[in-house]
Amino acid sequence: MTVAASPASTPLTRIWGVVRDILARPSGALGLTLVALHLLMAILSPLLVPYDYKAISSLLMLKAPSAAHWFGTDHIGRDVLTRTLLGGREALLVTAIATPIAVIWGGFLGILFGLVGGRVDDLAMRLVDAFLSLPKILFVLTAAAVFGAEPIVLIPMLGFFYGVPVIRVARAATHDVVARDFVTAARARGHPRLTIIRRELLPNVRDVLMVEGAMRWSWMLLTFSSLSFLGFGVSPPTPDWGLMIKDASATMSFAWWAVLAPIVALSTLIIGINLTADALAKALGIDRAQKAPV
Amino acid sequence: MAKLIIERLLLGLMTVAIVSVLIFTSVEALPGDACTAFLEREAHGQLLENCRKERGLDRPAARRYLDWVAGAVRGDFGRTANGEQAISEVVGTRARNSMLLAGVATLIGIPLAIFLGIVTALARDRPADVWISAFAILAMTIPEFVSATVLMLVFSAWLGWLPGVVLVSADAPVAALLPQIVLPVVTVTLVLTAHILRMVRSSVIEVMASDYVQMARLKGVPYWQIVFRHVLPNALLPAINIVALTIAWLLGGLVVIEIVFNYPGLGRLMIEAITKRELAIVQTVALILALVYVGVNLAADVLTLLANPRLRTMHGRGR
Repeated sequence: MTVAASPASTPLTRIWGVVRDILARPSGALGLTLVALHLLMAILSPLLVPYDYKAISSLLMLKAPSAAHWFGTDHIGRDVLTRTLLGGREALLVTAIATPIAVIWGGFLGILFGLVGGRVDDLAMRLVDAFLSLPKILFVLTAAAVFGAEPIVLIPMLGFFYGVPVIRVARAATHDVVARDFVTAARARGHPRLTIIRRELLPNVRDVLMVEGAMRWSWMLLTFSSLSFLGFGVSPPTPDWGLMIKDASATMSFAWWAVLAPIVALSTLIIGINLTADALAKALGIDRAQKAPV
Repeated sequence: MAKLIIERLLLGLMTVAIVSVLIFTSVEALPGDACTAFLEREAHGQLLENCRKERGLDRPAARRYLDWVAGAVRGDFGRTANGEQAISEVVGTRARNSMLLAGVATLIGIPLAIFLGIVTALARDRPADVWISAFAILAMTIPEFVSATVLMLVFSAWLGWLPGVVLVSADAPVAALLPQIVLPVVTVTLVLTAHILRMVRSSVIEVMASDYVQMARLKGVPYWQIVFRHVLPNALLPAINIVALTIAWLLGGLVVIEIVFNYPGLGRLMIEAITKRELAIVQTVALILALVYVGVNLAADVLTLLANPRLRTMHGRGR
């Protein structure tokens, strides 16, 4: 887990090394390509879309794919290609901000508890256990129903609830190093806790947190789109894959195109993130085998 | 050993106690209460005050928490916002339905996952493993509502083999529910099987590479004897906890799957209650889900303790 940095390596060359390592595996290369394409699509789609995403037309209801509408039209005559291209933007924006929030606060507290130990640690872990015994979607659903599903509500919500399990992971990773000589030495030198965390612990736990962050990102996306699917997330007419799948599933027996396009888009993004996370874990030498979707 | 089990039991009880506080305070923190939900637009002035007095909502929060816990222990969760039904009754039938769905899926999923996990581990990196593993990863990663929708599209909309949406009332007898739940069960089983399969696979691979298995091979012990007598007992032990974690996933996943198939279980009740702001029901369902989670994990820990010979000898030394 601890990567001995050779004197010549700068952070940049190390990142480049990890990326090359990911690309060297077929699954990693596929994953990273999918994620890159999706990010590119999210950024560029407003310039690419052929139609207005909210243009309704009674003449174009549920038309099959054609030269004019590559992916057909939906139940109120909107262009499915346009909406699919735009449909991941809000999800990506919200989760891309909420993931770092979750990893940073969960990671910091986890390292702190791992270092401090004792009563405080015991008590904190009981609280974490209690949080983990409830499905996260329940908290997020209730919050979205009561406070609305604007990004300004969802970002802190997701950032908070997805940070709780990170505490566990960061704490376990800290326990692996906290008894080592260099930490004992730093303690004996009388360094303050924050210095020990920054200089001794963080560099050793960082890799675990990166992989954890990648996984949290994909689970958060899943929750976000589930929320939209259940009708508690993005509000129409904003295009969102979860919402599109829900709307189109009512008519899918004869208009399969309207449901298939967002399904493929959402699935490729989540599969891409998962493949990348797996390859990242292998590149960093972390064993992710014993993980379940907590 | 008995001491270890009692310790785990106490820890579980403590978690439940903390969860109950957590649930109660979270619901307290939300704007609105049973009376505002019941009176809707007329919720102001004298009417609201009377209603609150009638239902005891004007008492301090700590007092109401204790009452709630005392009631919950007796299985009494109060009445629905309109006062027509006991919450325990509403939740009871829904819980039965969810348990039916989860139970059938678990009964099929766990043996299937163990079998496929062993197959993929023994055929590591050969076509059988590559295909099954790829499919498992696909089933694990795509959202439940996506796999549910795809299954519905293929088997209900295109092929017309199975009913897509469940169209029976919540209190229908089990016999009426069973033929309707094929697709929901398949959806749940898919994800469940995929997760457990992956764990069993990596566990079996790990044990196969261990020294004592190498030794048995060198001694010339027949292959199948090695697998069944030496590898499986050691490989399946850690899988118990993974099964528990996966069942915990199930609790969250069920919410979405039940909505897709319109299945009258706890998850759908939860969504309905959230939409109608019936916070008392939300509170009850949350408590039940937490109890199931803690219970399943406790059972897994105790099973692991009982099944692990190393811990058994620890008990001998402990005395």
